[in-house]
Amino acid sequence: MIEIEHVNKWFGSFQVLKDNSSSISKGEVVVICGPSGSGKSTLIKCVNGLEPFQEGRITVDGVSVGDSATNLPKLRSQIGMVFQNFELFPHMTAMQNICLAQTKVLGRSQDEATERTQKLLDRVGLGDLGYKYPSELSGGQQQRVAIARALAMDPIAMLFDEPTSALDPEMINEVLDVMQELARSGMTMMVVTHEMGFARRVADRVIFMDEGEIVEDATKEDFFGKPRSDRAQLFLSKILEH
Amino acid sequence: MLLDFDFGVIIRSLPYLGQGMMLSLSLTLLAAAGSIVLGTILALMRLSGIGPLMWIGATWVNFFRSLPLLLVIFWFYFLVPLVVQRQVDAFQSALIGFILFEAAYYCEIMRSGILSISRGQASAGYALGLRYSQCMRFIVLPQAFRNMMPVLLTQTIILFQDTSLVFVVGLADFMTSAVTVAQRDSRLVELYVFAAFVYFVICYSGSLYVKYLQKKIHR
Repeated sequence: MIEIEHVNKWFGSFQVLKDNSSSISKGEVVVICGPSGSGKSTLIKCVNGLEPFQEGRITVDGVSVGDSATNLPKLRSQIGMVFQNFELFPHMTAMQNICLAQTKVLGRSQDEATERTQKLLDRVGLGDLGYKYPSELSGGQQQRVAIARALAMDPIAMLFDEPTSALDPEMINEVLDVMQELARSGMTMMVVTHEMGFARRVADRVIFMDEGEIVEDATKEDFFGKPRSDRAQLFLSKILEH
Repeated sequence: MLLDFDFGVIIRSLPYLGQGMMLSLSLTLLAAAGSIVLGTILALMRLSGIGPLMWIGATWVNFFRSLPLLLVIFWFYFLVPLVVQRQVDAFQSALIGFILFEAAYYCEIMRSGILSISRGQASAGYALGLRYSQCMRFIVLPQAFRNMMPVLLTQTIILFQDTSLVFVVGLADFMTSAVTVAQRDSRLVELYVFAAFVYFVICYSGSLYVKYLQKKIHR
């Protein structure tokens, strides 16, 4: 479904991604972890073309992201993305946030979009809060609206960029629960996160990145059982100790 | 001396002064609407990252901000008829002059408004499959307008004051009407005090509204 082949990316003279390759098949849930600044977020932003890359190839469902002939807006509408800071549109209600791209990109009628939105709000447990503005919602609620907004486009895959990092601890689980339910429903997911509990419960595979390299790309059992690299072991010991 | 003042002249001239005020207000509103639209387009050009467009936007702003408004009004009164090859009335030529001139100022306001919206907002729009124009129209510009509303209004108050300059092309705006009545009836003090009072009331209530908006936005 998502093929990443020998991707190199530079910010100026600094190389952020070094020869990254991986492959995510349909229905797979892959967690990407690693120390901050290791290039995890940059890598998943390359997958939907929010970040350009200079070398290599990424294809999603057979469509090459970096190709200038690719209809990027169309491709992006098929890949849902959830951001660390939610990025809900503050001048719109939760309902309007979720409806916008349905009507403007997919061409759904207002009625159709509203009906779909209500179903999704129910699914993420916010059925009666559609009329609220983002500033009137808690962080956890905002992130669930953001997930619903991405799902409204009926994506073939979902990208999560540290979806719980900006949340207060007591709100993390409500978001992880929604993500877990999504994973169970068979969604293809790439998740950048430090939530190792989530990785253990939900992931099929774990990718560990450090300094722009994919150091480890292993099944969940292998990664948590016996990570091969010293760097991954060190990272795990730091993150799991507390 | 004081007993010589006749403020009745103002009441007798109210219909005429009212016409002048209508001209001032309609010129202000039309010029503000036109130059906010044009200024927003110029701001988008300056932020486009496309060399020639950025150059046009920057040159426009620097050019008009380096000229006195009076000169621009005067200039368009003579220039526009030459360009369109027919008589253009003074109101239209003044309106065009105001729009082109004020757009330079509204451009800079909108530019900082657009820059005040975090890049993540546009990214979220793109990630949903919106095109650049849709991202701007539905996500970035509405927020930029909202954030910049107090500054846009302040600039519009200045624009309202500046409409008094149209006397140079013979338009009877509020100020010019007051001058005409004052000279006709030799009632300079009465009319000038009245004109100052009217400008003050309109502009000061505008400023108070701006303050109220600022509080509302920053809450």
